Amino acid sequence: MGRGQRALVAVAAIWLAWAGYAIFIVAPMERTMRELQRIFYIHAASGLVGLIAFFGSFLASVGYLASRQDRWDWLALALVEAGEVFCTVVLVTGPIWARPVWGIWWTWDARLTLTFVLWLLYAGYLMLRRLSEDAARRAMLAAVFNVFAFVDVPLVYFSIRWWRTQHPGPVIAGGPGSGLDPRMWHVFLTVWTGLLLLLLVFVLQRYRVAALEAALEEEELAPMTDRAVREQAS
Amino acid sequence: MKNFWSLLAAYGLGWAIFFGYLLTLLKRLGRLEEKLRRLQAARQVSRPES
Repeated sequence: MGRGQRALVAVAAIWLAWAGYAIFIVAPMERTMRELQRIFYIHAASGLVGLIAFFGSFLASVGYLASRQDRWDWLALALVEAGEVFCTVVLVTGPIWARPVWGIWWTWDARLTLTFVLWLLYAGYLMLRRLSEDAARRAMLAAVFNVFAFVDVPLVYFSIRWWRTQHPGPVIAGGPGSGLDPRMWHVFLTVWTGLLLLLLVFVLQRYRVAALEAALEEEELAPMTDRAVREQAS
Repeated sequence: MKNFWSLLAAYGLGWAIFFGYLLTLLKRLGRLEEKLRRLQAARQVSRPES
């Protein structure tokens, strides 16, 4: 890891430590849900960061389809994998909050179902990449799949605006009657920024893994290519 | 504190997922860098003329 990336990890760690302090000490107690409401900070912020990651991966896949440059494929892969991690946190923390509040762990309402489908779609994207050994074919298939999978992202975001769901209504940009106490807003923005920094750390590292895997593939193929060239020359 | 265990489970699992993934990534990165170094060194040995 280079000096710049180490500095980024340090900044993210300090920021997230501050976010932890803000969640448990600075954020005011919510009147009806009491302490349980504090799950909102990691749950909603992770959800938003995950959607941003999937949107970024969609753009990167479009970039790959337009240019056929490997770096766009590596970026799309890095963003999908990181987005999947954030989506997993959403799917784990949601039921832990729901059980004491709703009396059930899970219900198949629009927001929950579409989020689960989103997780499955991107798990499918990651599995699809293992099907082809040819790098160009793999990148092409993955990019096309990613463009279609992205259709679910706006559906997840707007589901609580379009349909009546068991899931609470929108707190962010939810129109009149919605919103947060200003102190809660500050805590939410602190957590969200910390998780965005974490996303950046994930993506940079995963991109490097993808680049190294490609270099390794090339290096492993190189002796065969050398032999083929020598045979053709003789 | 009521619901203490729910709060602990949500944040404990959330951070465990994040840091578990980061550790996995860093391990993978280290392994790949090592493998690439070894392959490149082996190629240099097998092609001394280059």
